[in-house]
Amino acid sequence: MGVIYVLLTISIIVAILFFTAFIISVRSGQYDDAYTPSVRMLFEDELVKPDQEINKDIPNDTIENKNK
Amino acid sequence: MDKVNCYHCGDDCGKKPIEFDGKSFCCNGCKTVYDIFSTNDLSYYYDLQSSAGATPTVVEGKYDFLQEASIIAKLLEFNEDKLQIVNLYIPHIHCSSCIWILENLNKLNTSISSSQVDFPKKTVRIVYNPKLINLKDLVVLLARIGYEPYISLDDYDKGQPPVNRGLIYKLGIAGFAFGNVMFLSFPEYFEVDEFWLDQYKGVFRWLMFTFSLPVVFYAGQDYFISAFKGLRSKILNIDVPIAMGILVLFVRSTLEIIFDWGTGFFDSLTGLIFFLLLGKFFQQKTYSFLSFERDYKSYFPIAVTRITDRNKEETVQVYDVKQGDRLLIRNGELIPVDGILINGRAQIDYSFVTGESEAVFKESGDKIYAGGKQLEDAIEMDVLKSVSQSYLTQLWSNTVFSKDKASKFQTLTDSIGKRFTWAVLTIAFVATAYWLYFDSSKAMNVFTAVLIIACPCAIALAAPFTLGNMLRIFGRKKFYLKDTKTIEQLAKIDTAIFDKTGTITTTQKSSATYEGMRLSFEEESLLKNTLRASNHPLSRTLYDLLASHNIVPLDEYQEHLGLGLEGKKDNDHIRIGSADFVGNSIDNDPQNTSVHISSNNTYKGKFVFHNHYRKGVSNVFKEMNNTLDLAILSGDNEGEKTRLEKILPKLTPMYFKQKPEDKLNFINSLQEQDKKVMMVGDGLNDAGALAQSNVGIAISENVNVFSPACDGILDASKFDQLYTYIIASKKAMKIIRLSFLLSFLYNVIGLYFAVTGQLEPVIAAILMPLSSISVVGFTTLATNILGKKLK
Repeated sequence: MGVIYVLLTISIIVAILFFTAFIISVRSGQYDDAYTPSVRMLFEDELVKPDQEINKDIPNDTIENKNK
Repeated sequence: MDKVNCYHCGDDCGKKPIEFDGKSFCCNGCKTVYDIFSTNDLSYYYDLQSSAGATPTVVEGKYDFLQEASIIAKLLEFNEDKLQIVNLYIPHIHCSSCIWILENLNKLNTSISSSQVDFPKKTVRIVYNPKLINLKDLVVLLARIGYEPYISLDDYDKGQPPVNRGLIYKLGIAGFAFGNVMFLSFPEYFEVDEFWLDQYKGVFRWLMFTFSLPVVFYAGQDYFISAFKGLRSKILNIDVPIAMGILVLFVRSTLEIIFDWGTGFFDSLTGLIFFLLLGKFFQQKTYSFLSFERDYKSYFPIAVTRITDRNKEETVQVYDVKQGDRLLIRNGELIPVDGILINGRAQIDYSFVTGESEAVFKESGDKIYAGGKQLEDAIEMDVLKSVSQSYLTQLWSNTVFSKDKASKFQTLTDSIGKRFTWAVLTIAFVATAYWLYFDSSKAMNVFTAVLIIACPCAIALAAPFTLGNMLRIFGRKKFYLKDTKTIEQLAKIDTAIFDKTGTITTTQKSSATYEGMRLSFEEESLLKNTLRASNHPLSRTLYDLLASHNIVPLDEYQEHLGLGLEGKKDNDHIRIGSADFVGNSIDNDPQNTSVHISSNNTYKGKFVFHNHYRKGVSNVFKEMNNTLDLAILSGDNEGEKTRLEKILPKLTPMYFKQKPEDKLNFINSLQEQDKKVMMVGDGLNDAGALAQSNVGIAISENVNVFSPACDGILDASKFDQLYTYIIASKKAMKIIRLSFLLSFLYNVIGLYFAVTGQLEPVIAAILMPLSSISVVGFTTLATNILGKKLK
């Protein structure tokens, strides 16, 4: 019946693994903002625009020029 | 004619929309933003949410102070040679388009490496390379696309507030341990004498003991600390019996497994702490986009422009502004100190300070006070007092702002806790004495069992869940409270004091009556057309009030700042403005705002503007008058007294010309007569009274913009519901009392087992969660029913 020690050890290790994962995720601030990610995940696809060429032609200071 | 709405900001484009790229815009600003977005491939902004933008307001030189290294250093979250991180508060963030555009800032400027929006807090965290773009340019870039960040003196003083995640950790640990201990104690619930389980009993028990250690000494430490503090100041709060219960549970369970008497109560112990923390977590509803702690610093700029002796402009931190300095205040900037106007025309909006929306005109030589916003072109002023000594800011040196209001208040739970503790101790000692006499071997067992089972878990949960849920319900009704204690306080008030301007009146003056000679049709037409050209708030209001006339171009139009308007068409000539301006020096009633009219140099009459009272003011006062003492405390003159008397219940006391300090002292004197006072106000001038009162409620037309430090913020549109909310708070307290009754019932059952010496761990493990869950279920259901009835 020594197998019970093995099982207990495994189950506790697994539990502690998940627990550490939880602590790390809280510490990194994942739960500070629970709303924005839900909106952000819907953007992904539209970020890639077909005509990437245009971007390269416009220098960084586009905005500066526009307002002059 | 159909209204055309701006493609960018959604505002009415008026008569002449600007057409660009097949779209209509209300102004050049909006068009420019659209242009920026479309040329940078960011027009998806408009697909996400239509007309999500804001008209950009860029004032030249407004952010010059962001070039000062010492100021930048205070604002940054991370500062290194090639990398800076800044967290900016942008009030305009309101929809998914906002998130999208702000997180794609690097498309507009490649020196920005990344940006991340925190939507509930309305902040954006931007990582950029300071070598390529400095903070000032970054802020100007944001302002140009309509996302102007709000940077105030508060940011400069506080820096980054530390995030407190303690409760989440504790909850996590307690939940983790609770689950595992439950799991490990399951075999013993049923098969105590089974052969191989019996063999490993020790392992299971010591594992449970190990799991309970962090729960008792880390997760539960707040209860010990609070109980200790309570005892030291000779108060028996609810945490005393809780801490006693936890301690007895732990010690008895440990002893039980050491001497092999039984399994101990580790399951109940961890469960108890887990549920208690859950209650705490639920109570802790925060509105991250609101701040209840604001003082003048949240409105004051970090730096202002000083004009040096050699007539040069330099940026200076506001705390460094000294008496005798000469400051330059630009359009839209806040006046940070008291001073004398030297140069230029001042049209000052004191709405931050008084709640009064109408701007005041000042001429050179006049004294101007801190807190006003300059609406015209740049002015120069000489400083009379430093920031902390100015008329407005002095208020904050009062001790009321440094006191912690909450600590003095004893909650219902705590007052129950006192009686409860005595009752439990009495029962425990009586039962022990009985058993000592009959069967002394059971005495210790009974003593601890009483303390364990009587641990007021359900009582401690009743208030957090009831009030926490109420807080959320109120929040949905646009009544935002700081914490659950505010609801308890609100249920107890017997006096309600109201500010007038901006609180029971709206900030727009939208009603006016005409007194004087009748105007002919031509005159009225001329009046309307002259007003059309003016941007003065009174002109706009009056324009909207008058019947519509055909638009005729004027032959001549002149605006005399601070005086009035002049218009000419054919042979008719009209003057609109102050009494002196139109040539009537006799009628100069300073108590009412009025606009005088003269046509062809003959005085015609005047439009008298009235404060426009909020919808339902009369009803709210009538309802409240039955149960509460009411009073009006206004900073204004007595001009509106007769009108107020008509609206409000008879004999409502009214006090006029009250300075901010007077208001504070007035509340204080009421409290000395043992009154529980609610103050309803809106401006910074009410801040003292709001802080002094038992419950300070700020009325706000736009909850995102401004409210002084207070206990609750009420959206102005819900003002007529104020009394129903007070009643609801009273009912919520009734719900708590009922759930106390329910949990006492469980305690009686538990005590029966305890006193008779039959308390088995499994009974405790069932009874404790059962009582907690049924109390939580009852309060949640009851408050939701209560919430349904609210408007």
